Amino acid sequence: MSAIEETANEAPAVEAVPKRAMTLGTGASLVMLALLIIGPMFVKNFIVFQLTMLLIYALAVLALNILTGGSGQFSLGQSAFYAVGAYTSAILMEHMGVNYALTLPVAGLICFGFGFLFGQPALRLSGIYLALATFALAVAMPQLLKLGVFEHWTGGVQGLVVTKPDAPFGLPISQDRWLYYFTLAVAIGIYIASVNLLKSRSGRAFMAIRDNEIAASAMGVDVALYKTLAFGVSAGITGVAGGLGAIAVQFVAPDGYTITLAISLFLGMVVGGVGWLPGSIVGSAFIIFVPNIAEGISKGLSGAVFGVLLFLVIFLVPHGARQVAIVAQHMLGKFRKG
Amino acid sequence: MELFINQVLAGVATGAIYACMALAVVMIYQAIDHLNFAQGEMAMFSTFVAWQLMQWGVPYWWAFLLTLAFSFAGGIAIERALFKPLAKAPVLTNVAGFIALFAIVNSVAGLTWDFTIKQFPTPFGSSPFLGSQLISTHQAGMIGVTVGLLILLYLFFQFTRIGLAMRAAASLPESARLVGINTSWMIALGWGMASAIGAIAGILIAPVVFLEPNMMGGVLIYGFAAAVLGGLTSPLGAVVGGFLVGVFENLAGTYIPGVGNELKLPIALALIITVLVLKPAGLFGRPIVKRV
Amino acid sequence: MTAMLNIKDLRAYYGQVQALHGLEFGLKEGSLTTLLGANGAGKTTTLRAICNMVRSTGSIEFDGASLTGRSTENIVRLGIAHVPQGRGTFTTMTVEENLQLGAITRKDRAGVTSDIERMYDHFPVLKERHTQQAGTLSGGEQQMLAVARALMLRPRLMLLDEPSFGLAPLIVRDLFKILGKINREDKVTILVVEQNAQLALELADRAYVIETGRIVMSGSADEIANNEDVRKSYLGY
Repeated sequence: MSAIEETANEAPAVEAVPKRAMTLGTGASLVMLALLIIGPMFVKNFIVFQLTMLLIYALAVLALNILTGGSGQFSLGQSAFYAVGAYTSAILMEHMGVNYALTLPVAGLICFGFGFLFGQPALRLSGIYLALATFALAVAMPQLLKLGVFEHWTGGVQGLVVTKPDAPFGLPISQDRWLYYFTLAVAIGIYIASVNLLKSRSGRAFMAIRDNEIAASAMGVDVALYKTLAFGVSAGITGVAGGLGAIAVQFVAPDGYTITLAISLFLGMVVGGVGWLPGSIVGSAFIIFVPNIAEGISKGLSGAVFGVLLFLVIFLVPHGARQVAIVAQHMLGKFRKG
Repeated sequence: MELFINQVLAGVATGAIYACMALAVVMIYQAIDHLNFAQGEMAMFSTFVAWQLMQWGVPYWWAFLLTLAFSFAGGIAIERALFKPLAKAPVLTNVAGFIALFAIVNSVAGLTWDFTIKQFPTPFGSSPFLGSQLISTHQAGMIGVTVGLLILLYLFFQFTRIGLAMRAAASLPESARLVGINTSWMIALGWGMASAIGAIAGILIAPVVFLEPNMMGGVLIYGFAAAVLGGLTSPLGAVVGGFLVGVFENLAGTYIPGVGNELKLPIALALIITVLVLKPAGLFGRPIVKRV
Repeated sequence: MTAMLNIKDLRAYYGQVQALHGLEFGLKEGSLTTLLGANGAGKTTTLRAICNMVRSTGSIEFDGASLTGRSTENIVRLGIAHVPQGRGTFTTMTVEENLQLGAITRKDRAGVTSDIERMYDHFPVLKERHTQQAGTLSGGEQQMLAVARALMLRPRLMLLDEPSFGLAPLIVRDLFKILGKINREDKVTILVVEQNAQLALELADRAYVIETGRIVMSGSADEIANNEDVRKSYLGY
């Protein structure tokens, strides 16, 4: 992450993914959708819970994709926004009896505001400096959550237990399954909104800033506004994910939102393909399942196995899952012609 | 007032640790234009190697030299095997590589030497330095070695041909190739040197923070912050930055209410960021004009 | 005299785009040749291909030895100096460090020191500024520095990519005079890529014209300068 750029000839820190390539084709999207809807009907409750977490982390990775892949700003601090979203939902539900579904927009809005505010001082920073600043935020968050002055609301070090909601209207499906489909609906909504955002004028502004900030500014793009907007949107989506996470896991505690989460989300973005929104779910799968696989292979060396597997992935597909999709697309094209 | 001076001195003493680490960070940045997040872990691993050699009866200074050689070779080997293949990959993919290396080194160290804290000897003794209660002879030794290393590095980069070639390769790789420099090997050399400097940092730090696989985590962050504060292109800045960070951290802990141990890090980072907002290239960094 | 540099069927690619389509030409030892052409014709690509800075196929021979497959730095070490477009000056280093870098592969320390003095004789303005950061020099001065740096290699062949770019005419005249002197006195073979056809043709003995990745005309500089098509297309009269 070279913060000191010498001339425009140097490769940008964030690869420019063309607008068209940031999403999936219609056919593939429909297949994906079908799998996501039908799949969980046939598996056990625990697997359904894992799939719910898959969607939730995919949302968080998506948010990071918009921020980094879309507007070119680094963030190692997403865990902070996730935590704020989680605690917002938990506090609203447990201290104020608010319905779980309604806590999500609130969490989203609060985190949007938080992200937008954080984006202001972040305007003067880029590259490694921004990474350090967001890192500081991520490290501070668990400590802030443990502070005695907030303990009445946050439950201090022990955190809060969150009640899992039942399916509405007395529908005959388990809590886990209901929560999965609820999460899926929210995720699809956010995904479609994100795709539209990136295709819109704002999205073009983001990408102009990512590719060449000075040129964008010279063309009249309000760089300050769009950069803080990107931070806000990204934080907002992460906050919603956090809220969903709190409900799914059924509790919130400060040590559940450490820098490790922020780093995992970053890795998820890279593995999925930076700037490629559909890759978010691949990245999410990587960060949820691969650590478990690593532990299964060797308990004592689980970290090393994880590292090795990560290296394998980045050696084979340095550009992430997007690379696999492009290759698959080429082969399908040849198959159709030949 | 006396408290203030005491805290400043104490901060300078801990700052020596950060200064040493920051020097290794700047070293790698000079060589490869990237920051290596696994550097702390590599330093930790080297320190364990030194410890192991001493456990086997090797005298301190022999263990030191052997570890240095091992670290230098190891740094080159890691770069050739793991990061040369990623040379054409995007920056963020390389960062993921650093994170993977971190995980591997930390895990292997944990398995080989377990997580119990170990004592690490110091060649400087730990009696009070010149009678002062705040700086021990070891800490004075640390400051001395760090400054000495700084001078050596300065001489290396300014006055040797290889130093010049490395600077050129990091600054403009294509132009460097056009004068016949093998930029690929310059990068490997940079890794080797950074790894060796990291080993020195680890060996100096271990007597103070005690040897265990997670000992470098916080130190690395402060080291980065110090390097950035000083200006990533300036070894002198790194050292000064290290001392400043040590002082910041101590003063924050002493004077800002409610700041316990856990919040010291974010506060220190916040202070550093504030400085950077005012002086984006760092205190000693050379601001580089960006052309569109 | 046999050809020092021999290029046959050179095809070069930027990703999927082909920039050179079977280029062929040769350079005699001791000659001063210019490669002319419009923007995008492939002039820069040709120089980059010689130094293996761009993907290419075909045969490039220097003194009978094949250059294909060698890394850029190894090609340079054979005695080919390349002054790239934009000069490639090490802007954060001093003028003198830039010159030292030009000679970084040489083993004769005494020779390097005396060569630096010779460069200061050729280009007195560099001596004035020799402890200054190279990035603070004017365009013309940086071009002089780039040429001097290339000469520090004691090259047998020097490639220059649009040395006149962005420079005032008087400065270009001076620069070209020095290039001519170097060619005659130091016996350095020179290949200059230029958009400024008139000055380049005055300087060179031979000329090639390149169009969309192929050589379309070749001959002595006088012939080309008097050729009506060339005058209309590149000299504007």
